[in-house]
Amino acid sequence: MLALVVSIVLMVIDHRFSQLQQLRSALAFVTYPLHFLADLPVTASLWLQEVTATRSHLLEDNSTLRAENLKLRAELQKFATLQAENVRLRNLLDASYKVGDRVLIAELSAVDLDPYKQQVVINKGKASGVYEGQAVLDADAVMGQVIQVTPLSSTVLLITDPSHSIPVQVLRSGLRTIAVGSGRINELNLPYLPTNSDIQLGDQLVTSGLGGKFPPGYPVAKVTRINRSPDNAFAEIVAEPTAHLDRSREVLLVWSVQPETALEAAADTAADEDQPEQEP
Amino acid sequence: MSGRGGWMVLLTFLVALLMMILPMPEWARPFRPQWVSLTLIYWCIALPHRVGVGTGFSLGIALDVLTGTLLGQHALGLSLVAFLAVQLHARIRVFPFWQQALAVLVLLVIEHLFALWVMGATGQAPPGLLYWVIPLIGALLWPWVFVTLRDVRRRFKIS
Repeated sequence: MLALVVSIVLMVIDHRFSQLQQLRSALAFVTYPLHFLADLPVTASLWLQEVTATRSHLLEDNSTLRAENLKLRAELQKFATLQAENVRLRNLLDASYKVGDRVLIAELSAVDLDPYKQQVVINKGKASGVYEGQAVLDADAVMGQVIQVTPLSSTVLLITDPSHSIPVQVLRSGLRTIAVGSGRINELNLPYLPTNSDIQLGDQLVTSGLGGKFPPGYPVAKVTRINRSPDNAFAEIVAEPTAHLDRSREVLLVWSVQPETALEAAADTAADEDQPEQEP
Repeated sequence: MSGRGGWMVLLTFLVALLMMILPMPEWARPFRPQWVSLTLIYWCIALPHRVGVGTGFSLGIALDVLTGTLLGQHALGLSLVAFLAVQLHARIRVFPFWQQALAVLVLLVIEHLFALWVMGATGQAPPGLLYWVIPLIGALLWPWVFVTLRDVRRRFKIS
């Protein structure tokens, strides 16, 4: 009887307040060995694959990566000049500007969590500076945010979880709204747009940066279905996440650089041009 | 959990917890049986004086943390299952396998029902009808779980 009461109280506290986060993190650290064990076969097989890869395979890999690197560096050159120009123009306008974001690569642990929640575990934790509420991306787009941190691992809530919402902006028209998770891995809902709003099929949604959790300008989803029925005040809009939520194994953790420090950094780099950029 | 063979009981619980988070192919994920509940039911029936509501509660908390559910969701269900199993242990023990499996099915369904209520009360998306296949799979697995754990109990003379 006591156990029932205690568990109900625990659930209420966990659902309504955030005081239990500490306890949860401590417990999660205790159960980390189990996560590690569950992940071990997959990690081991990947390691084995790497170790036993043939020379020709490696050479082939190497050449494709080299080619890709060259292409990316060429693009980066263009990007650097554009960024400098952007900073200069923003300075002229006296607008705050975010120079860049620091990123860290983490890997997903092969651990299945509750099938009715969209969560994943990654192998970087407090020891690497991960914090709660941090944005998580994959190579293409926004994946979600960190909801729980232990010293060596953390849990990420994906943007498609029904309890997750992300402030977004339509890239074409600049229209701002909120994308809410649907509980299905390939769908986001946009429930707060009026029927006559300027949105079309195929529109790219990017993070708007409002709310402060996600850095602005990262792709989130593409609009795949719009249902404007005249008897509803709001349109029924469904978007498909651009990130490979169910396929990516490597993810990027993002640290936003604060506007003030960014401005100083921009001023610094403007002062001594020969210094290389610190931010990647 | 102290005394003869306590560590062995703990080990079976750890294995059960591990099986709850082992990666499975995407199509099989909604069908993962309630390994922890099955193991708990067995030990509640076999050792009702040592394994009970407290064990169920601790296991539930561990499972909640492991699978990232609401803290207390599994604890609630597993405490209840442990309580019922301890109450009914004398009866379930003498049942033949298929009848035991039926009793276990009822316990598993009760646990699932409570989990469903919690999900509903906290505004999560309700799972589909496939959700109710899981206790059925658990009941079908019961004879094997029972025999395996009984062998473990006899081998290590846990009492």
